Amino acid sequence: MEATTHVQHGHAAHADTHHHEQSFWSKYIFSTDHKVIGIQYGISGMLFLLFGYGLMAMMRWSMANPGVPVPLVGPLLLSILGPDAAPGGAISADLYNAFGAMHGTIMVFLGIVPLAFAAFGNYVVPLQIGAVDMAFPRVNMASFHCFFLGGVVMFASFFIPGGAARSGWTSYSPLATLAHPETVNGQTFWLIGMILLITSSLLGAVNFIATIIQLRAPGMTWMRLPFFVWAQFVTAFLLLLAFPPLEAAGVMQLMDNLFGTSFFLPSGLVVAGTPANVSGGGSPLLWQHLFWFLGHPEVYVLILPAMGIVAEIIANNTRKPLYGYKSLVYSVLAIGFLSFIVWAHHMYVTGMGQKISTFFQTTTMIISIPSVIILTCFFISLWGGSIRFNTPMLFVLAFLPMFGIGGLTGLPLGFNFADLHLHDTYYVIAHFHYVVAPGTIFALFAGIYYWYPKITGRHMNEFWGKVHFWLSLLFMNMVFQPMFKQGMEGMIRRMYDGGAGYSLAKNPEISTAISDASMHWNKGIMHAAWALGIAQIPFIINFFVSMRKGKKVENDNPWGSSTLEWQTPTPPPHGNFNKPIEVFGMPYAYSVPGASADFTPQNQSPAGSKH
Amino acid sequence: MSDAHSHDAIKKHRKIYLIVFFSLLAGTALTVGLYYVHFEKLSTTVTVALIVATIKASLVAAYFMHLSHERKAIYSTLLVTAFFFAAMMYLFIYARTDVPLETEFPASNYVPYSRTPAK
Amino acid sequence: MEIPYTVKARPDTGLYNAKIGIWLFLASEVMLFGALFSSYILLRVGADPLSWPQGLLNIPIGTFNTAVLITSSVTVVLGWSALKMGNFAAYRKYQAVTVLCAAAFLVIKCLIEYPEKFGHYEVWKADGTRMTGHIEGNPFFLTHKKLQEGKIESIKFQPDKKHYNDKPPADAKGGAAKPSPVEIKTADIKRLSAFTPAHGTFFGIYFTLTALHGLHVLGGGIVIAYLWGPGAKLWKTDPERYANRVEVSGLFWHFVDLVWIFLFPVFYLL
Repeated sequence: MEATTHVQHGHAAHADTHHHEQSFWSKYIFSTDHKVIGIQYGISGMLFLLFGYGLMAMMRWSMANPGVPVPLVGPLLLSILGPDAAPGGAISADLYNAFGAMHGTIMVFLGIVPLAFAAFGNYVVPLQIGAVDMAFPRVNMASFHCFFLGGVVMFASFFIPGGAARSGWTSYSPLATLAHPETVNGQTFWLIGMILLITSSLLGAVNFIATIIQLRAPGMTWMRLPFFVWAQFVTAFLLLLAFPPLEAAGVMQLMDNLFGTSFFLPSGLVVAGTPANVSGGGSPLLWQHLFWFLGHPEVYVLILPAMGIVAEIIANNTRKPLYGYKSLVYSVLAIGFLSFIVWAHHMYVTGMGQKISTFFQTTTMIISIPSVIILTCFFISLWGGSIRFNTPMLFVLAFLPMFGIGGLTGLPLGFNFADLHLHDTYYVIAHFHYVVAPGTIFALFAGIYYWYPKITGRHMNEFWGKVHFWLSLLFMNMVFQPMFKQGMEGMIRRMYDGGAGYSLAKNPEISTAISDASMHWNKGIMHAAWALGIAQIPFIINFFVSMRKGKKVENDNPWGSSTLEWQTPTPPPHGNFNKPIEVFGMPYAYSVPGASADFTPQNQSPAGSKH
Repeated sequence: MSDAHSHDAIKKHRKIYLIVFFSLLAGTALTVGLYYVHFEKLSTTVTVALIVATIKASLVAAYFMHLSHERKAIYSTLLVTAFFFAAMMYLFIYARTDVPLETEFPASNYVPYSRTPAK
Repeated sequence: MEIPYTVKARPDTGLYNAKIGIWLFLASEVMLFGALFSSYILLRVGADPLSWPQGLLNIPIGTFNTAVLITSSVTVVLGWSALKMGNFAAYRKYQAVTVLCAAAFLVIKCLIEYPEKFGHYEVWKADGTRMTGHIEGNPFFLTHKKLQEGKIESIKFQPDKKHYNDKPPADAKGGAAKPSPVEIKTADIKRLSAFTPAHGTFFGIYFTLTALHGLHVLGGGIVIAYLWGPGAKLWKTDPERYANRVEVSGLFWHFVDLVWIFLFPVFYLL
């Protein structure tokens, strides 16, 4: 069957000719179709990831060459941001902090969450459960536009007087209230942007959970759900219940900034020698508790959808069922539950007592168990499989050890006593970037290469996909591996000069200062980071060119997958399935003995006909 | 929930709604009245106030929101939420009260953290 | 393309979509208000005992507002049950009362209670004494800085019978006579603040929590009013779907009432 593609700007085609004619605006901008919304989130998320990368590329220059004008973009910085922020085209300390705070915020809230949860979730989940759309399509549209508006506010904050927020993505008070002299400033924009983004996520979470509970096709029992759907289900619960405390905190910090309250400002605050004109009585720790109450479940929001994608691609490219489906499901539920009671391991250095620290240390250790179970099940799933080494599978295979490194290096951070040494150092940066960058982002790349044929009807180019993979893998490791050592030596985070002030060169009498080797590595990391950016160019070109020139799919199910999203026309029309779906079997029915093909679609009845 | 609501069943429910309404008004009067009763300890005052408020809230939830005959999906969601809500409240407060042995808040009395008990 | 279970319940879960949707949303709201309540507790426990202005909120007005919300709660559920029995006219009457109660609550809160505090002041004098009271002319939001900028030499201050830190007088029989007004020189003032959010953490969290609650009252009221008015067209074409919408908005409304049931004693009484 010829797969026709009417792709314009990467949006899904509207192939259902019985539908009334929709205008451009209602078809592509204000669509309520989950597939269009998924693509909207996907394109936006990828653009923000690129922008967040750009910020980091400039930051690494500053760390390796502090005070030196940035090559290529220096003059642009000077002309747009002015000589205070970018003197002579170099990055000032304040600008570095702004870049740093926004890099984190944009990557997490505007890049990964929209891409991993909203984009892939919106497109794939209704298809995988056999539904015609999400439970609340208009709420879905509102959710995207809220997100987009939040992104605009965040982006706009760079261009207002004083520039963007510069108090870390964690926005700790009192700095977040005191960092800017202007009343309405980058931090204000950050808070308003966050409120919009949180609202978007809450609406999305309600939609996902209601959809998965209510709109599963007949026969799609809970234990027949693809693991990807389970992962998104738990992620949605994390967003639903963990985001509101941060929203509350954001409102309170906004009141501190705009209306002179002192929720997070302690008594006796002195700024630059003069007592601050605040009423006092507040608690900076309160902000930290509220922030990390979200902050920790947030990191599981970043990884769980990625694990879901990995599961789908492993099963498909080993041609055998996943090992330990039940263990995977119970583990992901356990992770979701436990993630709410580990947050204060981000606060070990705040002076908490032994009992409370031990409590959080214990729960943190316990939560590593289901994570290891999931990774182990993935590894064991490879055993005895007929592995197909296509581009998605390569990214997924790399995910496994990369996430392993990320997870294992988290263990010292989970221990109270070790964290006292490692907190706020580059070790932490290395740890979480290993989990998110060669971890989650690799899984997202895999998902893009994997589901691209279903969305567009064409394959992405395999050769350039492999080039993208090998270069990314190499350079990711070159960027983040040295940071472990730097961190253990004591190089702390958020230093615009890369630690030069604490280096051995500047402090020869202090033997424990940052070694020359570590300082030298700043240059190496910068070059690797830039090379990593260049390595994405084949991917970007591949992504757009393949839409027109990519190899057309042979049929609607080019990977030979058993899950429902592949049992639709390509691309799926409005309403998704040609006829009502009924489910008869498990999600990963590959190589079933006695079956005619090496995969059995879930909607294939025992009699052999597909429903 | 929206299926088979017989007229008699609904009439019975209306009576219950009115009973709950008057109970809530009485509960409010009780709450305000207790304001003028002085308990010895602050914790007693707080506990009593919260108990009265919880009873009123439970009446609203159980009867006005029909929670008393709701479905498993909703019960489980609320149970999980209640657990996290309780954990958040308890751990926030516990984190504040559990501090290292020798730490006193006035800076002048500060003694670095060590294993020996104070004084 | 019809999304199933928008009106009829799905057999195995027993729910229609919007019902699980609203309960999920309410769960997130529990966490939102819960975070604010735990902030209240932390702020109170950590507050300087001499700077916690308990007892300055008007209890009779607060009690009346509580009764207003409780009434609106029962009219919402009576309206919904009338609708389920097919009695549209009775539903209309009950919901009208609901909307009026919502409006009354907001008017009392925003036009009576809040302004009352914006013109009620505390002054810290340079000699360490503190007084609460009102200023002649009943200005709002006056501060020490504004006095200096406006070059005002002194203010005529009408003190309250007692400061919120003082114990009530031993003889509670009507008590002492109203104190006479005093003149306070701007030069003697260390700090002047109305009981606004900036006054201290008590009013900060009071205004934040009650304003957020008030926004929910406003939002819920608007939705119920919409369904009562323009949205009522759906009753003629799809009565069951309409009844579901009314039920869902009612659930939200009861939650709003629930939050107030805790807000009222916490701020006004404890």
